[in-house]
Amino acid sequence: MNRRPWALGAVVALVFLFLYAPIAWLAVASFNSSRSLSRISGFSLRWYAELADDTRVFASLQLTLQLALASAAISTVIGTLAAFGLRRAFPGRGLWTVLLSLPLVVPEVVMGVAMLGFFVKLAGVPLGFGALLFAHVAFSLSFVVVVVRSRVSGVDARMEEAAADLGASPFVAFRTVTLPLVAPAVAAGAAFAFLLSFDDVVISSYLTGVGSTTLPVFVYAQASKRGISPEIVALSTLMVAATALLLIIGVVVASWRARRAGSVTRLA
Amino acid sequence: MLRRWLKANALLAPTGLWLGFFLIAPLVVVVQFSFATRHTGVARAVLPWTVQAYRTALDPAFLPIFGRTLLYAGVTTAACLLLGFPLAWFIARYGGRYRTALLAAVLIPFWSSYLARIYAWKALLDGEGLVNTVLGWVGLDRDGGFLLTHGAVVLGLTYGFLPFMVLPLYVACERFDVRLVEASYDLGHGRVSTFFRVVLPGVMSGVLAGSLLVLVPAAGDFVTPKLLGGVEQSTFGSVIDDQFRGGNNWPLGSAMAVLLLVLVVFVLVLRGRRGEDVL
Repeated sequence: MNRRPWALGAVVALVFLFLYAPIAWLAVASFNSSRSLSRISGFSLRWYAELADDTRVFASLQLTLQLALASAAISTVIGTLAAFGLRRAFPGRGLWTVLLSLPLVVPEVVMGVAMLGFFVKLAGVPLGFGALLFAHVAFSLSFVVVVVRSRVSGVDARMEEAAADLGASPFVAFRTVTLPLVAPAVAAGAAFAFLLSFDDVVISSYLTGVGSTTLPVFVYAQASKRGISPEIVALSTLMVAATALLLIIGVVVASWRARRAGSVTRLA
Repeated sequence: MLRRWLKANALLAPTGLWLGFFLIAPLVVVVQFSFATRHTGVARAVLPWTVQAYRTALDPAFLPIFGRTLLYAGVTTAACLLLGFPLAWFIARYGGRYRTALLAAVLIPFWSSYLARIYAWKALLDGEGLVNTVLGWVGLDRDGGFLLTHGAVVLGLTYGFLPFMVLPLYVACERFDVRLVEASYDLGHGRVSTFFRVVLPGVMSGVLAGSLLVLVPAAGDFVTPKLLGGVEQSTFGSVIDDQFRGGNNWPLGSAMAVLLLVLVVFVLVLRGRRGEDVL
């Protein structure tokens, strides 16, 4: 095997360039002194200042955060249960798999118009927070199940048997052995669900009611009239910066803990 | 056996109920709407039952749009595979203890607003944008930039759906036993034949799962084509959207949505059971 994959490394670097080019451009443009996104005319913090004063943006940001947190919480709990339900083979598991793969592959526009028709015409659910929450959980659930399930299937059943042999009740064995093993996947699933809800435009745009506009829908409506506002560019920059910072802290803490755990084992 | 069945179904029940009420029931309603008669009022779809909406939807006038949509989705899937595979392979094989960090680095751009990213591309591809300026240095610039082209739409779609390809591919690459590659070399296969006969079949489940996650959603996307393309680049999704938002022809929009659903089912059947362990 090629030990120094320079060519592969170069391709990967190009893909990362592709992924980060627009983000980097957003960061640059957020400090632009004019409204234009394509031509940089000077440095200014004007858009950050305007963002800080924009109450409408903050109102919809608050609603979007509440919605994303609620949606992530519900889909993580019931999605994790479902992932455990699929752990061992049983008659009908194939059918469940098909049902669970539907939200992953049905185009958003189809889900959006379907939910609009259903909520408005039949179920009598008023458009707004409730309808949005029902919809967001419905399209995030499957992502949680997929992520958690991949980890659950990797858990060695003998570990749980060992816990049972040592006198642990099924509940204690689950809480002290199984759950810590799948916890990273549950966290990843929760983050995934949060992100899907937080950034959804298409489905939400059909289900927002008066006074319950999520941030992406607000941005979309505003942008289709007069282009994207530089305030939103500033907000996006802040969000990416915050995520990157959290990630770096996570990596540093993880490697610090690994090193400490390593030295403890060596001592013992 | 019965106990296990009951236990599994009890754990799956909340998910099943939620999806039944808020996904399956709405999809059934769409099918019902697609056979209704158009009515412009509060009740936008009424009896009597008719197949008129399907006749309109399958009208030759819509065929170019349908074809273009499938082409965009197909090219986007291929592009995601070409970009996603080297990335997934590299992270799985050479990432070492930075694997998680590298995977997260792939996902970070997606924490910014999707619309902001699309508008960033819009600015970059603009006539006076960075891409055109840089290409101008080597004489490859294009008058008016690259917006309103098929290429711009495919680029935007590829950008938007790449993570959905990378994640399942990564899972498959991580599971793939790299010693098989060495064995193949030892047995006298070259790089190309090793790739097609050993590596590709080995990660096929990831390829299929990723393609599924990109192809169908890309076929339904209308925001990206709307923002990066123009009228010439409009897709099936935007026609559906128009029927519900502006045109108020719910039966026609529903019939078109059902046609997209048929595509979903077709792709699911085509895939069969392969790659089920990844997705």
